[in-house]
Amino acid sequence: MKTARVLSCVIVVAVCAMSLGAHWLAPAGYARQFRELPDAPPSRAHLLGTDEVGRDRFARVLYGTRISLLLAPAAALVSTALAALVGGLAGYLGGFWLKLARAFTDLFLSLPWLFLLITVRALLPLNVSPMVSVLITFLILGLLGWAASARVLSTSADGLRNSDFVLQARASGLHGPRLFLIHVLPNLKPVLYAQFWFSIPVFILSEANLGVLGLGVAEPLPSWGSLLRELEGLISFREQPWRLVPLLLLIVVMTSFQVLLSHEEVTA
Amino acid sequence: MIGRRISFQNPSSRFQPTGVSSRALRGVSFSLAFAFLLTLSALAQNGGELRFCLRTEPKTFDPLLVDDDSSLSIRYLTGGVLARVNRHTQELEPELAESWKVSADGKEITFKLRRGVQFSDGTPFGADDVAFTMQRVMDPSLHSSTGDAFRSGNGAVTTKVIAADQISITFPAAVVEVDRLFDQVAIMSSHSSKKEGAVLGPFMVAEHKAGSSIRLERNAYYWKKDAQGRRLPYLDAINIDIQPNRDVEMLRFKRGELDLINALDTDYFDRLGSTSPQLVHDAGPSLDSDFMWFNQVATAPIPEYKRSWFRSANFRRAVSEVINREDISRIVYNGHAQPALGPVSPANKFWFNSSLKAVAHNPQAALELLKADGFHLQNGTLLDKSGNPVEFSIVTNAGNKPRERMSVLIQEDLSKVGIKVNLVPLDFPSLIERISQKFNYECAMLGFRNVGLDPSEQMNIWLSSAENHAWNPQQKAPETAWEAEIDKLMRAQASTSNLKKRKEAFDRVQQIVYEQAPFIYLVNQNALSAVSTSVAGANPGILYPQTFWNAERLTLNKATSARR
Repeated sequence: MKTARVLSCVIVVAVCAMSLGAHWLAPAGYARQFRELPDAPPSRAHLLGTDEVGRDRFARVLYGTRISLLLAPAAALVSTALAALVGGLAGYLGGFWLKLARAFTDLFLSLPWLFLLITVRALLPLNVSPMVSVLITFLILGLLGWAASARVLSTSADGLRNSDFVLQARASGLHGPRLFLIHVLPNLKPVLYAQFWFSIPVFILSEANLGVLGLGVAEPLPSWGSLLRELEGLISFREQPWRLVPLLLLIVVMTSFQVLLSHEEVTA
Repeated sequence: MIGRRISFQNPSSRFQPTGVSSRALRGVSFSLAFAFLLTLSALAQNGGELRFCLRTEPKTFDPLLVDDDSSLSIRYLTGGVLARVNRHTQELEPELAESWKVSADGKEITFKLRRGVQFSDGTPFGADDVAFTMQRVMDPSLHSSTGDAFRSGNGAVTTKVIAADQISITFPAAVVEVDRLFDQVAIMSSHSSKKEGAVLGPFMVAEHKAGSSIRLERNAYYWKKDAQGRRLPYLDAINIDIQPNRDVEMLRFKRGELDLINALDTDYFDRLGSTSPQLVHDAGPSLDSDFMWFNQVATAPIPEYKRSWFRSANFRRAVSEVINREDISRIVYNGHAQPALGPVSPANKFWFNSSLKAVAHNPQAALELLKADGFHLQNGTLLDKSGNPVEFSIVTNAGNKPRERMSVLIQEDLSKVGIKVNLVPLDFPSLIERISQKFNYECAMLGFRNVGLDPSEQMNIWLSSAENHAWNPQQKAPETAWEAEIDKLMRAQASTSNLKKRKEAFDRVQQIVYEQAPFIYLVNQNALSAVSTSVAGANPGILYPQTFWNAERLTLNKATSARR
């Protein structure tokens, strides 16, 4: 297990370092079009070949990693914080508040978000830079992705509310926010961690899907989501295996995070 | 192969074996056996079930209410028309009408109908059916888009049955190329209880499983015969699956479960062509084109300085000259597209203005044009005469890969002359709302899917008062001199039946559009399709429906025919 943790740590650090050093590792940049080489196979000049318009795929993977690894966790943080606030508090308060929160989260989960997202896109100005568009996209994901986590957290907090140590804390005169912050919230940490890590790949894939609504990362900026969209229409894995690199990277990085998370959970 | 079957029909009657040597007899026997085998082989090539997919469910089986591609396909295969545009030669050919005559003023057409023709239920076809169909298609309460094409002026369309096989149809005003419009009018029976179920085409609808498939069966009463006098169609049935997923369609085609694919994507075409070049067909430039345009609407919610850019012909032409169409054709369509010159594709042999020259990719010339309007480069950024950096957004429909790729190339091209472009793919309904109702956009990229060849079918685009005059629709009066000239020319070509004058007028329209660039035409995509080797007689063309326009003459090979 220790070896797995070390390996995971090395992978995460290496991927982060490579994405931060993209400028030096892939001097071609993510936007430059080598128009004589569209959809080219890997070569010394282009380690992962080029995309459909001749852009260096290796550079796009590195820059896309930078964006997705920075913003998907940020969005996950926003959604987990909201989930902790709504679900955790509702579970802690119990009774009417718990029922209200559950009804609200159920309603929130059942809403047709696709239409809301379309409306959100319609309200945004057209002339926004790619970087602003990517920030907006992940912020929206963070603000909308809390409900499922809140439901899990409300159940966990509800279980803690009547636990012995909380009852003892109450009997000792501890009430209100202080009791929540000192005794309930720390015990929700493993669930919060799990929800946080689960959210990251979900948000990365959601960002890819939002591309069809015009809400994804705007061209020419790359993201893991936009790189995964390249796999649309790939009938055979043997055809162009190098196109699978973004998917493999996503799997490897997320697995590494999960391994590290397991350790964190045990420690917690 | 059908001819062989007929010539060997009764071989024994041709030979008189008396007095012939045994060796000769053996030779004759061998010939007979060979002939018999060929006969069997030819017989086996007939019948069978052709299979292909439509991407959406047909909205209607009523031939007069057709408004979508899938319904159009069903109408094409089941409907009988008075005259048909040959999808290969683009010439109008007689079908249910043996001949016709258009009056000098273009207001009346008289058809001489084919005798002895029957609907698929066995009821006879005659002038009454044509009269019934015309009355129904022109009924305002039916809201038939097929009928709209005949509405040339105020007043009713009248029909006069002259004889059982002769009918004249009179229009309130001249209808340009009226005979060609009958290619779209499938004749319905006036007295059959089956209504649209009684058809005159080669096939009839036998089964419809909503959302899943449609089975067409051979119309045993179909009037057309082949050169040997054999009644068409050769196929027994056509099975059409509703399959929106193109990956699945391609996989099924590769497995031999489908025989045809219409309008093949470039990626699929190349992938299939790399392993099985005999299956794919590139029929050359189609009538379809991709283009972009700038918002010139006076009331549009865009900054005034941007509106002044978009209303400048120099600006539009400069943008047009910066775009590298060759690269778009090569990279986005893998060479299966041609740089577009204007509103008419070179595939439209008669109406294309051949004097137009390809727009050269010339950023330097573009900068000169921009300088004439006061634009100047500063630190790599193009500024207008007031110092505003030139930046605009291009909206296009999300999920359309070729357009998304094209916009990325154009973004890069324009960056070379200091223009910053923001790409905004939108879902289709939002896009349409922005470009046709709210006018809240700066530049849009879309495509035209032209079905008709005649310029009159583009009146709804070129008239300044038209709703589809995309860059500045529904003008009360033309806002520019060149739009006024286009209005005048389009009306002139639509009001005369003199083909030479019409051609001159529409050539001039194309020239104006080329010079003013209200639409910046990008490429004409090639008509790509795939046809299985099990199908014989296919001759994919550029006009819809590409692969099965001659469905009644298609045959399946012996193995496929036996399997189905």
